[in-house]
Amino acid sequence: MTTLLTILVLILVAIAIWQMTKIFELSQIKAENSQVASDKDNKYNGYLMFAFLIFIYGITIFSFWKYTKVLLPEAASEHGQSYDSLMLWSFVIIFFVQTVTQALLHYFSYKYKGEKGKKALFYADNDRLEFIWTIIPVFVLAGLILWGLYTWTNIMDVNDEDDPLIVELYAQQFNWTARYGGADNVLGGANVRMIDIDRANVLGLDESDPYSNDDVIVKELHLPVGRKVNFRFRSQDVLHSAYMPHFRAQMNCVPGMITEFSFTPTITTEEMRLNPDVIDKVKRTNAIRAERAASGEPNSDPWEFDYILLCNKICGKSHYNMQMKIIVESEEEYNAWMESQQTFSQLMASMN
Amino acid sequence: MSATAHAHVDDHAHDHGHHHKETFVTKYIFSQDHKMISKQYLITGLIMGIIGIAMSLLFRMQLAWPGESFPIFEALLGKWAPDGVMDADIYLALVTIHGTIMVFFVLTAGLSGTFSNLLIPLQIGARDMASGFLNMLSYWMFFTSSVIMVISLFVEAGPAAAGWTIYPPLSALPMAQPGSGMGMTLWLVSMAIFIASSLLGSLNYIVTVINLRTKGMSMTRLPLTIWAFFVTAIIGVISFPVLLSAALLLIMDRSFGTSFFLSDIFIQGEVLHYQGGSPVLYEHLFWFLGHPEVYIVLLPALGITSEVMSTNARKPIFGYRAMVASILAIAFLSTIVWGHHMFISGMNPFLGSVFTFTTLLIAIPSAVKAFNYITTLWKGNLQLNPAMLFSIGLVSTFITGGLTGIILGDSTLDINVHDTYFVVAHFHLVMGISALYGLFAGVYHWFPKMFKRMMNKNLGYVHFWVTAVCAYGVFFPMHFVGMAGVPRRYYQNTAFPMFDELTDVNVLITVFALIAGAAQLVFLYNFVHSMFYGKPTVQNPWNSNTLEWTAPIEHFHGNWEGEIPHVHRWAYDYSKTLPNGEYVIKGQDFVPQNVPLHKDEEELNH
Ligand code: HEM
Ligand SMILES: [Cu+2]
Ligand SMILES: [Cu+2]
Repeated sequence: MTTLLTILVLILVAIAIWQMTKIFELSQIKAENSQVASDKDNKYNGYLMFAFLIFIYGITIFSFWKYTKVLLPEAASEHGQSYDSLMLWSFVIIFFVQTVTQALLHYFSYKYKGEKGKKALFYADNDRLEFIWTIIPVFVLAGLILWGLYTWTNIMDVNDEDDPLIVELYAQQFNWTARYGGADNVLGGANVRMIDIDRANVLGLDESDPYSNDDVIVKELHLPVGRKVNFRFRSQDVLHSAYMPHFRAQMNCVPGMITEFSFTPTITTEEMRLNPDVIDKVKRTNAIRAERAASGEPNSDPWEFDYILLCNKICGKSHYNMQMKIIVESEEEYNAWMESQQTFSQLMASMN
Repeated sequence: MSATAHAHVDDHAHDHGHHHKETFVTKYIFSQDHKMISKQYLITGLIMGIIGIAMSLLFRMQLAWPGESFPIFEALLGKWAPDGVMDADIYLALVTIHGTIMVFFVLTAGLSGTFSNLLIPLQIGARDMASGFLNMLSYWMFFTSSVIMVISLFVEAGPAAAGWTIYPPLSALPMAQPGSGMGMTLWLVSMAIFIASSLLGSLNYIVTVINLRTKGMSMTRLPLTIWAFFVTAIIGVISFPVLLSAALLLIMDRSFGTSFFLSDIFIQGEVLHYQGGSPVLYEHLFWFLGHPEVYIVLLPALGITSEVMSTNARKPIFGYRAMVASILAIAFLSTIVWGHHMFISGMNPFLGSVFTFTTLLIAIPSAVKAFNYITTLWKGNLQLNPAMLFSIGLVSTFITGGLTGIILGDSTLDINVHDTYFVVAHFHLVMGISALYGLFAGVYHWFPKMFKRMMNKNLGYVHFWVTAVCAYGVFFPMHFVGMAGVPRRYYQNTAFPMFDELTDVNVLITVFALIAGAAQLVFLYNFVHSMFYGKPTVQNPWNSNTLEWTAPIEHFHGNWEGEIPHVHRWAYDYSKTLPNGEYVIKGQDFVPQNVPLHKDEEELNH
């Protein structure tokens, strides 16, 4: 149905364009047959320039009105708050500049549209003006740079203060695995050369390393709320990127290298599901899904909000479907869940 | 004026410009004449552009209607679209080749190659490039690389599909992706030849600008087009060799078992022998070219805009010296900002801070340029020819796209939008669309110089307005898709229910894209039709000051009959008046560069 509609729209547009050229062509036969803009061309295109300004504002307002709701909900991590406010202020500045400069550009294009006999102003230089519009960006940008760098340095400072939880995120084509340090909160050594698929040592843990024994390997990422998490990323094959948009967190996973990122989750999954924006989003999404179900299309099960880890670096055929669920929960729930998991040594023992 | 008087120029042109007899082959194929070479660049670039844009329309359709069956997919993609449903591997291949073609083949070779070749000799007053032979070689290497790139589309396992940045290990290991086999080999070979071509071209441009300027053409009298091409060539010479070394090391990793970029890899059930290399090293090498490349694409477009805007505003470009200074500043800064593509690559965060600093600095000269363009329009007598519309359009998209650069250049803010559609929206506006507008402005403006005929202005207007509306229609809403968290290079977004409600936006974007594509057909028709049936041009149709319009309409090797004109002023004496309020040349609002100073005229340090 949409296809048909679109094709219809396209055909209509094609006809419209064809008609437009026809009209232009006809109007041209009577006028002088020159391909240089005439006063009339200047006039019409000048008006169109003004209309275009309105169009730019229009599409901006339209997009904000229609699409603000699709944006990510409030940040679910500690540094995410400062990320969001920096983003907000940067946007305020950008939109101010955008509105003013587009207005000047298009208004001048309209206002000074050419006419025969009109004289343009010979105006080649003005040091004062140029100084002003060099110095203003300098100050504004200096502010943004300082603020940005301050936030960046804080976010990227991965340290061991406040007893962080250590978690490894392990990427491979096309899925994620998480590994916890276990009771000692220390990850055992690992390398791809020690992978032993037959014995289920899929992450290449060093079986002789005592730290490995209590490591816990899982396919779903559980995080206790309010506790700092230090992530260490590995990849076994190609580049991947661990993208956790709700936490404003992302880091590439690089074969041959361990990368790091750290954040503190502040909102549990349960709490986030009660966030009004999220409730609305789930409602809208499930309406779409219900429609699909009604017409017998796939991918139509009702959805419940969950945090998610996506792959955000092209990694091959199924890059578009490389994900892992993230669950943020209370300390107790987390501990209970952890209790129920098998450790690496138990896993190895069960294989023998 | 003198349009009709040129019917016989052909015969006596032979007495002046050149001395050897031309056959069809030396005139149209292995030509060493910069004007012919520029046309060859343009037409090759346009053909590649058709392929590149068609690809984007195909993958846009897949994004809007994921998994739908389209007969056109089956027709064009064959086995890659069983039952008309696009395959995930070919989706990535289309994205990759689209990016490669648009950036390198259309906007580097097609834009800079065309107009550097056409305008450098003509605007500085030279009979040809410093070396016509190297110039010819440069074109034919470009042609060869285009052919190889196109051939790579037909190999058994499919063309390269690792993204236009071809990061290893994905691009290095055939078992990681079918496109990383023969397709990637051809991609690398094609690009290596392309780089050689680009280097030959750039060296030629640099030498020509330095050595072959006519008498009186000091550097401060050069039109801004030439400044832009000159500086672009310099950036190219500095950065393209680094890409070549990246490509060569990658070829070695792929074929000779070295480990420059690879280490600790376990794939498809076995450990590979690679040890000690780093993909991050590749990223540094790639972006050392990759970022300047953005300006290699953009600066020529800005140069063209300066020239077209000043001519059509009938006003000097505002702040000539500031414009030159910002071209130089942008060129310098562009070579030290590459790390902003790698904030979260695992690179040391302190390096990220440095790159944030340099990146936001580059916004300053860019802002100066935008303000100067706007002031150039102020109190002008704007002749809204299609070229002028595209130039104004360029400034508009350059501002819109440039502003979001402030977000992406900030290492903090980049964390959550890196590699999402926000980036795709940003770079298409600031680089893709802006440079494309520069290309169109150049074609509409210099078409008469290239083909001796005028393009139809009304078709030009339709082309511009539909394109302008659609460009915003495609790329403005796309920012929101990115900020909703949708990663780029996703074959479809159906695996994440949280993206379900974005299908609407994607349909809207694709519909705009399809209409934009259709509008380019209007341009193609106009281009081809005008080449043969357009209205014959007069010598100086836009009443312009630069030297190319003092050359006869008829083309011959050597450009000017008799002596090359001397230059007495800068290129921007539009609407200049004498102290008595009269134009310098009575009844004419422009003073070409070869006109000596009037006795009452005030010279402006140029
Ligand atoms: C001058 C014109 C254009 C240029 C220079 C250009 C350039 C590029 C580049 C460099 C990429 C990145 C490829 C990669 O990630 O490997 C890209 C991707 C893309 N292009 Fe274009 N493009 C142009 C026109 C278009 C048009 C007309 C559309 C239509 C909507 C389009 C839509 C896209 C999209 C959606 C992507 C992202 C695909 C993805 O990464 O998932 N482009 N383009
Ligand atoms: Cu991926
Ligand atoms: Cu860059």
